[in-house]
Amino acid sequence: MKLPLLKSKNDATDIGRRQFLKSGAAMVTVTLAPGVTVMAYGGAAAAQANPATRWGLLIDVNKCAKDCTACVSACSNENGWQDTGNPATDAQWIRKVELRNPQTGLEQSLAVMCQHCENPPCVDVCPTGASFKRPDGIVLVDKHICIGCRYCMMACPYKARSFIHEPVTDQKPHAPRGKGTVEGCTLCVHRVDEGQQPACVDACNTTGNGAMIFGDLNDPESEIAIQLATYASSAIRSDLGLNPGVRYQNL
Amino acid sequence: MAKTVFSEVKSTPQFWGVMVVFAAFIGGAAMSILYIEHYGHIVTGMNNQIVWGLPHVFAIFLIVAASGALNVASIGSVFGKADYKPASRLSSVLALALLMGGLAALVLDLGRADRLIIAMTKYNFRSIFAWNVLLYTGFMGVVAVYLYTQMARGIPALWLRAAGTAAFIWRLALTTGTGSIFGWLVARSAYDAAIMAPLFIAMSFSFGLAMFMLVSTCTKRLTGQGFDDALRLRMARLLGVFAAVVLYFTAVQHLSNLYVAQHWAVVKFILLNGGIYTQLFWIGQVVLGGIVPMAILFHPTLATRTRPLMAAVLLVILGGFAQIYVIVVGGQAFPLEIFPGLEVSSSFFDGEINAYTPSIYEWSMGFGALALTFIITGVAMKFLRILPENNS
Ligand code: SF4
Ligand code: SF4
Repeated sequence: MKLPLLKSKNDATDIGRRQFLKSGAAMVTVTLAPGVTVMAYGGAAAAQANPATRWGLLIDVNKCAKDCTACVSACSNENGWQDTGNPATDAQWIRKVELRNPQTGLEQSLAVMCQHCENPPCVDVCPTGASFKRPDGIVLVDKHICIGCRYCMMACPYKARSFIHEPVTDQKPHAPRGKGTVEGCTLCVHRVDEGQQPACVDACNTTGNGAMIFGDLNDPESEIAIQLATYASSAIRSDLGLNPGVRYQNL
Repeated sequence: MAKTVFSEVKSTPQFWGVMVVFAAFIGGAAMSILYIEHYGHIVTGMNNQIVWGLPHVFAIFLIVAASGALNVASIGSVFGKADYKPASRLSSVLALALLMGGLAALVLDLGRADRLIIAMTKYNFRSIFAWNVLLYTGFMGVVAVYLYTQMARGIPALWLRAAGTAAFIWRLALTTGTGSIFGWLVARSAYDAAIMAPLFIAMSFSFGLAMFMLVSTCTKRLTGQGFDDALRLRMARLLGVFAAVVLYFTAVQHLSNLYVAQHWAVVKFILLNGGIYTQLFWIGQVVLGGIVPMAILFHPTLATRTRPLMAAVLLVILGGFAQIYVIVVGGQAFPLEIFPGLEVSSSFFDGEINAYTPSIYEWSMGFGALALTFIITGVAMKFLRILPENNS
């Protein structure tokens, strides 16, 4: 089925409806077409996120294999973004980056996605507040408020966001997308809120190389916190002081 | 000094002819905007690497020039130079028109331009962008009041001066704000410099005065109304000084970046091996936009003649576009350094020099914004007493 765009012809009713739903529903919803509903990130669900938690990822670069893209395919399937044959404009929520140290010749491969910064520049610069950080550390774009200015893309040090350049089809109800707005990794917030792991982590464990761990960085008992406390790890561009929630081992 | 009498411009066929041409450009831009709105930004040259393109170059040029165009009025009423006073009304009108043209380009290029109401009602006060929206709206208000104090009868000189001073201070804040949009981008090595704000102020002085001279000279051609040659010559010399100041700050910008080891690569990219950006920088901005016009503007006789003078003014404007293009697009063409010191590659263009070819739609939007500026100025001159009456 071809879904209509998230964009509604009449924004006034769009806003009105959103405000109305904000008060009652646990998740802000907007009706796209009869029988089709997507959630917009933000609103009550974000407010209910537990501020004591800080969700994060730990990626072991030694385990992440060069030819493996299990996490990327899983994310694309889960969230409904895909290769449309226009590499310069297609969205990529997660990508594999190949590294080579010119001094030693060491080659490494790793997955890069939104790093869910504690001090996210994308949130600081966003004029409308569409870019926001949930109390549990997940950084999202509220698709109803984003005006598509792309300032967050200019500000993000990790190239973690994509602008939607074309009308989108095949939207997933839990991952609203809309031409003219910006999007990025949501840490599979819809799964996390139901007690599951992000799709990339699941895929990496089952069909990949078990290189990813997801968990609560603030819970000293969690596997991710134990790993971080026991073994050396690093953040990409840690010099920027953004304190990302995504960490890497053996980088 | 004799009291200046202001009047609306006469309706010459030439005047209206030019207005019709501008209207055609605006029509073209409107069609482009609807086209982009329908098909998405895929029809433009912009992509996930070059997220800000030509519309932003035009928008930033016009916004920066807006605050600079007000300088002519400030020189007259704030700094008390009487011979600039006849020019102060046009200076205020042009400042407003430039800002409107620039904002139109900025806003209509949004992915969701239809959500403008959100941009104006939801503010994230940590965002310099949101502050800019307030600075722009405030500027319009302050300049409108200033224009009113210039035009209304019986306003005490003190008030005029107060309004002029407020507008002058506001314009400095506005340009600082515009420059800070880039200064804020910590991750992009091309922009990470405190020099951005003063550089933008210098640019605004130069581009704004050049736009003022272009508009006033063309209007004089079309309607016979305008300013005398003595004033024009003083402005020409001043423009030469401003062009020199821009070159100076540009030199400081690149030299100070050389002190930051991580920035060497991007400085080298702009100055040496950046292809089109290096050419635009040296040929466009430095030689054609700086040195050549300075030679004309400081020349004892050339600066007194209309043709060479207009050539210099146009070169300053073109150099200004080249400069902003290098800053905005060149800064993004250079890849983000996510893994400093390592060679990187990915399906998402990591580590690659990014290419950008503006489409016809972006050009048409940009020229539409310029045309909008000129048409607003023209209509204001037609219906308000902006220009001094021809006293010959
Ligand atoms: S990685 Fe980029 S998009 Fe994600 S939170 Fe940090 S700045 Fe924002
Ligand atoms: S593109 Fe959207 S999310 Fe990004 S800064 Fe602009 S309004 Fe905010």
